[in-house]
Amino acid sequence: MVGSSQKGVNHGDNLTLHPKTMELRDLLQDRREVILRRWFDVIIKTYPEETSRFLQKEKDQFANPVGHAISEGISGVYEQLFGEIQPEEVTPFLDRVIRIRAIQEFTPSQAIGFMFLLKDVIRQELGEEIQKAGIAKQLVEIESKIDKLALMAFDIYMQCREKIYELKATEMRNMTYKLLERANLLKEIDDGSDQNDLP
Amino acid sequence: MAKPKSTKTPKPDELSKIDYRPPEKQWMEVPVEFKPGTYCYGARPKYLEEVGFPNPREWQPYEDDWKLPDNWKDIVLEGIDDRLKKYRSFRLFMDICVRCGACADKCHFYIGSGDPKNMPVLRAELMRSVYRKYFTASGKLLGKKAGARELTMDVFKEWWYYFYQCTECRRCSVFCPYGIDTAEITIMAREIINLLGCNTDWIAGPVANCYHKGNHLGLEPHTIQSNIEMMCDDIEEITGIRIEPTFNRKGAEILFVTPSGDLFGIPGVYTCMGYLMLFHELGLDYTWSTYASEGGNFGFFTSNEMAKRLHYKIYAEAKRLGVKWILGGECGHMWRLIHQYLDTWWGPADFLEVPKSPITGTVFEHAKSTKMVHVVEFTADLIRHGKIKLDPSRNDHLRVTFHDSCNTSRGMGIFEEPRYVLKHVVNHFYEMPENTIREKTFCCGSGSGLNASENMELRMRGGFPRANAVKYVNEKYGVNMLANICAIDRAALTTLMQYWVPEVEVCGVHELVGNALVMTGEKERTMDLRLEDLPGKEEEEEDV
Repeated sequence: MVGSSQKGVNHGDNLTLHPKTMELRDLLQDRREVILRRWFDVIIKTYPEETSRFLQKEKDQFANPVGHAISEGISGVYEQLFGEIQPEEVTPFLDRVIRIRAIQEFTPSQAIGFMFLLKDVIRQELGEEIQKAGIAKQLVEIESKIDKLALMAFDIYMQCREKIYELKATEMRNMTYKLLERANLLKEIDDGSDQNDLP
Repeated sequence: MAKPKSTKTPKPDELSKIDYRPPEKQWMEVPVEFKPGTYCYGARPKYLEEVGFPNPREWQPYEDDWKLPDNWKDIVLEGIDDRLKKYRSFRLFMDICVRCGACADKCHFYIGSGDPKNMPVLRAELMRSVYRKYFTASGKLLGKKAGARELTMDVFKEWWYYFYQCTECRRCSVFCPYGIDTAEITIMAREIINLLGCNTDWIAGPVANCYHKGNHLGLEPHTIQSNIEMMCDDIEEITGIRIEPTFNRKGAEILFVTPSGDLFGIPGVYTCMGYLMLFHELGLDYTWSTYASEGGNFGFFTSNEMAKRLHYKIYAEAKRLGVKWILGGECGHMWRLIHQYLDTWWGPADFLEVPKSPITGTVFEHAKSTKMVHVVEFTADLIRHGKIKLDPSRNDHLRVTFHDSCNTSRGMGIFEEPRYVLKHVVNHFYEMPENTIREKTFCCGSGSGLNASENMELRMRGGFPRANAVKYVNEKYGVNMLANICAIDRAALTTLMQYWVPEVEVCGVHELVGNALVMTGEKERTMDLRLEDLPGKEEEEEDV
């Protein structure tokens, strides 16, 4: 079974002594930084050019909250590639990115599409080594994990959208209605229906 | 049977050849697309008719035909010409920008949306390009090469879209080496847009109501009175003390004016209860007015003239009632107007006296022209002189941070007073990061008449930088209350928090004052002003 045979073995020694039993997860761990950097870069390229420059350049988390959230979010999501997906662990990280994209100028597919970009990045970055090591099967497993995360991303996206609709409705109602009603200052227009039906 | 097409698996490098970038075009060539959630509805004709605004008709921004008069272009160009002659600042701001980009990434709408046309420099450029074409020699001769462009319907619609994506918060102007106030460009743009009757319903409605009834919601005197009395019922339940405020009382020493959001909105009403309790405890000789029943002035978001017309009711009422001076509640743009516009519009209010606190004897010299004092200045002075008894432990269930409202901070420099008050009424106060407060404060994203509900996505984008800083202090210090001194903030930030940081609630500073205020003859408090149990108090009762 993938991943089980290496448990308890020192990674460094293993890589040096048995290069042919290389695990994709080790590669993903070793190249974590460069993969995350590339993933970040392709995500911010979904923004207009001037903006992607800004998102990349500005390091202050308060001056550039979008760049910061994407960076933190994807780094947390990436951790989920190394074991069973832990929904309660990964949700806050997915949420950080999606909550923003859910209210920006993106279609739903564009908003959550950043998850699929990770597949491209991994193939680009590790493709050759995966082929050489003959561990394409492990790649399929990782990719199916990414698909699962993308489905979770879609759920979060919908929650965000539903929240927006709820906020719109609540605001309209709260604005004056409740207080005026409480003060007995509102009179519903009598359309002949049963007044008792009113909330 | 035809051979099925080869389903060869693409190679990794083929797969990765996807371009996710939006199409590359010069900004001038990308017409605006009206996406739901980013704009407010068009103004209903009855609101424009009420105040004599031009071109009242049924229209919506997403419709192709905006039903403009045939000579709309002339009206716009004449509108620009008039204002260039009338306001030197406008001409200066049209001319002097060197496009250094210092402002570009300082706008909360740009940071939150990533849309380059929300960069203050580019938003202003939407208008500057037209200015160059019709009002400068280089633009007339060189056209596009000189950054000039024709005024077309697409351009006009683009103006409308983006000048209603600016909250006139002036954060960008803090960073401009030339001191260009981009808010003023938005103000001018909206004036010009409104010459064609393209107001938003959310702004035009309150303007018409304010003109007709004295407040944004169009509430009549008896409604205002009975609602304040209802707050007094709640105060009695909490403290055991019955407060009897007066309305439209001639000869009172002070007229108190606050935004109508404090009278009817949640959590504004709790702030209002704080005022009522404080003034009662002090025995202040003051009156409410059911006519000057609005501190806010949405006229400011339509035109200088309309703002001027609406604003005077406060002073007319002060004159009618014969008060000595005016005390103003926790409001945002009311204070910017009083601080920066009032004297130009109506001259010094010489029929009133220089405000002097009857409790401490402090003369508010800075208000000697306007005769109007901010309640947070008034309360800070009371605390400084030890004139009120406070028990901050009643707010111990709250970990509080303070949001500087754009108008009171950048607009008039109120930084210390609210913090001074807060530090005396709560035990747990935490600042947000330095580059998100005081003069660099991030806007709520809903100011200048953008706090409608239909543009919710836009508001969430604009408010994100603020929410991000709140989230930080929530995670770091457990902050659960966002205090502020603006009615629009109280309404807008509440919704903003529900989306971004649902653990945090929103309140006015005087709600916390009301909680902490030890009133003469009060019963032991077991509830806060929201009629929620004070933690610990219930258990104590059970223990007894």
